[in-house]
Amino acid sequence: METSTAAAKVVNPQEKKIVYKTSDLDLWYGDNQALKKINLDIMENEVTAIIGPSGCGKSTYIKTLNRMIELVPGVRTSGEILYRGKNILDKSYQVEELRTKVGMVFQKPNPFPKSIYENVAYGPKIHGIRDKKILDQIVEKSLRGAAIWDEVKDRLNQNAYGLSGGQQQRLCIARCLAIEPDVILMDEPTSALDPISTLKVEELVQELKKEFSIIIVTHNMQQAARISKKTAFFLNGEVVEFSETNKIFSTPADKRTEDYITGRFG
Amino acid sequence: MNLINHETVVKRMKSRLSKNSISKWIFFALTMFVLLILGILLFRIFSQGFGYLDLQFLQSLPSRKPENAGVYAALIGTIWLMAVVAPVSLLLGVGTAIYLEEYAKDNVITNFIKVNISNLAGVPSIVFGLLGLTVFVRALAFGTSVLAAGLTMSLLVLPVIIVAAQEAIRAVPNQLREASFGLGATKWQTIVRIVLPAAIPGILTGGILALSRAIGETAPLVVLGMPLFLAFLPKTLLDSITVLPLQIYNWTGRPQVEFHALAAAGIIVLLVMLIIMNSIAVLIRNKFQKRY
Repeated sequence: METSTAAAKVVNPQEKKIVYKTSDLDLWYGDNQALKKINLDIMENEVTAIIGPSGCGKSTYIKTLNRMIELVPGVRTSGEILYRGKNILDKSYQVEELRTKVGMVFQKPNPFPKSIYENVAYGPKIHGIRDKKILDQIVEKSLRGAAIWDEVKDRLNQNAYGLSGGQQQRLCIARCLAIEPDVILMDEPTSALDPISTLKVEELVQELKKEFSIIIVTHNMQQAARISKKTAFFLNGEVVEFSETNKIFSTPADKRTEDYITGRFG
Repeated sequence: MNLINHETVVKRMKSRLSKNSISKWIFFALTMFVLLILGILLFRIFSQGFGYLDLQFLQSLPSRKPENAGVYAALIGTIWLMAVVAPVSLLLGVGTAIYLEEYAKDNVITNFIKVNISNLAGVPSIVFGLLGLTVFVRALAFGTSVLAAGLTMSLLVLPVIIVAAQEAIRAVPNQLREASFGLGATKWQTIVRIVLPAAIPGILTGGILALSRAIGETAPLVVLGMPLFLAFLPKTLLDSITVLPLQIYNWTGRPQVEFHALAAAGIIVLLVMLIIMNSIAVLIRNKFQKRY
């Protein structure tokens, strides 16, 4: 982990590697097709934003990237998603292994009803780390990484439910960092937060992209414009446009993208 | 153009308010009526039985002479019965609930099973007595033992425990499971570390309430043919026992008035046990209650 991120920092932008290569991805909920022929290449150490109106399939897509979508009964997929060159939709791909490399932050803060410490230590513990000293280090490193250490260092043993919504969401980010992932998926992470907490999470994303590849679904177009390098615009289960964020927001190639970002619908 | 005439609204206000206060008093009266009946029952039991309630009553075996008779054998028998019922019914019940809620696919068969478990909870206890008689007492030849009685009682309370545990497990928010899966946890790790700790208060409260029902049940044990009069204590699981409700049943059937008073004293002992168990259930619920 350490060496690969260090190496990633020195390569110049043109040589960045693809983290996720999605080819011809179709997805059905029962008879209802939610994703149609999705083709997307997501690069490492970048923030990729996914925008689009409600029900366009953006959350479905991001949940497919760590196969969380399988929790929904009756989901079928075709096509492939290569993560670092291996097809994760292949049933032989261990989903638990995938999820130790691909962390996820959810729409609503969802800390466990445990202490702050136990929340962060949960991931490492389930992966078999028992050494208290290492766990202590992981907890501190992750909480610092999520910019919440100073707020909680004196009450690590208190219940996480005593934190504010914004703090809970950063705790969830820390919990995700504790498994030292490669990619962080964020499914509308600020939609339940107040503006100040939102700002803190956005600043955090800017820090985190130095070490992680981040894919963020957002309802908030300004947010996508502020924090992402590339943006994908989803509509009715299709990718309408995918390019550099500043290009999408200044000179969109597709009329529908322009209509959406100028607020004519959605 | 107003569609609502505010003058008529004000005129109607009075009758609405009086209906409001009348309904409040009706519900108050209903509650008082129930409490009154309960009060009369308790008063009769306590006035009859309190005089007989002493250490000697708790420590004596049953006897043909009312002044020597005690509830000791039945009390110990009840504790033995609980020692069988609690582990058997909780293990089977919670295990079934975990399977149904966490593993079983949501299809016709699963729904059929779920509906039938709820139905079983409403089956008369005497039917479970017949089942126990056929299976445990006769077919497996356990006789009228602690084991046969305990297993029969376990079956009787099992549906209640399953339903309570299912509800407790279902009340654990899905977002906690998602968070755990998202970190790469297996299903089993998620159940053991996230779902069960969050569900344990509900499971235990339901479990203890079910056990207190088992303590008070008489009919299935009568069907099993458990002895109503037993002057020795059980030593192994295959020994016979008698339990508090059976002892009470036995005493109330005697012609002598003294035995009726003894029955009342036995009921007090049973009530105290129930109160203790229900208090434990309330304590557990308050201590572990979680907000999500």
